[in-house]
Amino acid sequence: MSTFDFPPSIKSRPVWGRLEARAGKHHLMIADAEGAEAIIAIATPDLMARTHIIFIAKGTSHGDALRALNPAQFYEGPTYAASVQRIRRVFQDAHMGLQVYLAGTEGVMGQAMREAIEAGIPHTAIQTEHRGSVARRMQCVHCKGITEDVETDPFVCAHCGLNLFVRDHYSRRLAAYQGVRVDAEDHGNVPEPRGIYE
Amino acid sequence: MTIQFNDETFRDDYSFYNSEWAINRFPFPFDKDSYMYAVNMEQHRGGPDGSVYEKRFDVDEHYVSEMRDRAMVLADDPLRCQSLPHMTLAGWDLLELIMVSKSEDYPDLFELHRDGDQWRWINKPLGIDDSFTFLDETTLPYGPMEYITRQAQGDYCILDQRDDNLWMDAGMVTTQADWSLDFDIGMNFFEWHAPVPLAHEKGIFVRALKFLLNIQQGAPARRLNWTMTVNPLLDTSPENYHKWGIQKTTLTPENIGAKQHLRVELQTFFRLPRSNALVFPIRCYLCSFQDLMTVPKWGRRLHRVIRDLPDELATYKGFIDNRPMMLDYLSAFDDGLPTSLGVWPEVDTEPPLQK
Ligand code: HEM
Repeated sequence: MSTFDFPPSIKSRPVWGRLEARAGKHHLMIADAEGAEAIIAIATPDLMARTHIIFIAKGTSHGDALRALNPAQFYEGPTYAASVQRIRRVFQDAHMGLQVYLAGTEGVMGQAMREAIEAGIPHTAIQTEHRGSVARRMQCVHCKGITEDVETDPFVCAHCGLNLFVRDHYSRRLAAYQGVRVDAEDHGNVPEPRGIYE
Repeated sequence: MTIQFNDETFRDDYSFYNSEWAINRFPFPFDKDSYMYAVNMEQHRGGPDGSVYEKRFDVDEHYVSEMRDRAMVLADDPLRCQSLPHMTLAGWDLLELIMVSKSEDYPDLFELHRDGDQWRWINKPLGIDDSFTFLDETTLPYGPMEYITRQAQGDYCILDQRDDNLWMDAGMVTTQADWSLDFDIGMNFFEWHAPVPLAHEKGIFVRALKFLLNIQQGAPARRLNWTMTVNPLLDTSPENYHKWGIQKTTLTPENIGAKQHLRVELQTFFRLPRSNALVFPIRCYLCSFQDLMTVPKWGRRLHRVIRDLPDELATYKGFIDNRPMMLDYLSAFDDGLPTSLGVWPEVDTEPPLQK
């Protein structure tokens, strides 16, 4: 299984749920990588006949299994950045009562959630389920650059090169956790990186 | 009284200083010999003559230099001032509140002349004389919130009230105790307070929010918060922490009295009339340990509070590593005598140090 029990955390950190098939005429499912498994787990021919799937492969081959579900509409893109314009367009056209399902990594769920909220989808119509990598999307509080898919703490900011520690403080507007210089009070003393939950 | 404005800096050579007047009116935050988070809120309806609580928006000797420091922070990082699109009306509300309050409370420093929506604002300490049309943004050099908070000491958060919560949807934040407006903007009361230890578990934020949601126009409230800062640095932002964090390691037993500052925030809460938003001014006061020690009661008390403060709070406030050196310094000012209740210095009635 590609699931992970996140330890209890502070109140800004999102809590992910478990997808359930809901009633409704229109369904939009956005998943990346192992997120595909969460869609497969709830798929029925009836639901799929009313579903648009947007799948972000990130180098995985789950796309074939999703296509085989025979959804009403299917798109596969390589990365979130490549797919975001299309996601925005689909939210713009959203019908009243659209049910949104987000599955996969925190970074993709967080960003797609932001698009949905900005498009006026009520949060009660949005479900989430974490699957796959526990990597985080991190904002460097110093240079403001975003580093995607961060797996270790500390890590190196992809923009300014500072060594940052991984906070649990999370901004839904940025869809990112906060990274702060780890050796600010002792320059050069950077601890050995470890997995975020190790 | 007329205020003599200091010419001083809050960075580089740190020429900031407090006059004796400023030391004696410093908002010492401890009313007893121990400290723990609480829902410490009261009405903001004035206070003793000359105290920082007397006026709606306190103006003191640091005013001109603080505004110069704010302008420098904003030039380096315009993201310190942000306002989500629906918050412009609240910005006008705030501009009105500050202009009316300051011109009434300090008529020798500020003047506001209103003729319908044609307003003229005179700020003598900063040499400003601007005429503009109220509620017309094109007649001001900045948005209304930015315009007026470039002329008012302290940080400002404007909270939109909806869904029984408060949302940090606008702010001017350049003198913060290590939190980022750019990161927190758009969050609700529980989300932006997420990093605070112990207080959630004690139910403090649930009760505090309930109180804030019910604040009425014309009935502002206030509370104090405090932390520690090495050097009189106003801009202790996370944005610049990679630069200033190292200053915490420059304390020595010889320089701690001059370098270590108690940082106190006088936080007030006002309901705004048109937008129904809440404004949260956070006014920062700094005082060096050596200046605080000139008040015997404060010397005794600060030692006891810092000594007994739970580790979680000393860690969150960022001084756990320096606490032993602080205690070495402060213990010399604690002779074990009892202290009177309340925050006031009481130099005439408290005994001098018996050491
Ligand atoms: C609506 C107005 C308020 C705003 C905008 C606000 C904002 C903040 C922010 C941004 C922080 C820093 C959190 C961090 O570490 O990132 C903070 C800390 C804190 N706030 Fe508030 N706050 C407000 C009202 C209150 C009230 C009414 C209470 C009453 C109990 C309170 C209690 C605290 C406490 C105890 C801390 C930790 C401070 C420390 O130990 O230094 N806040 N607040």
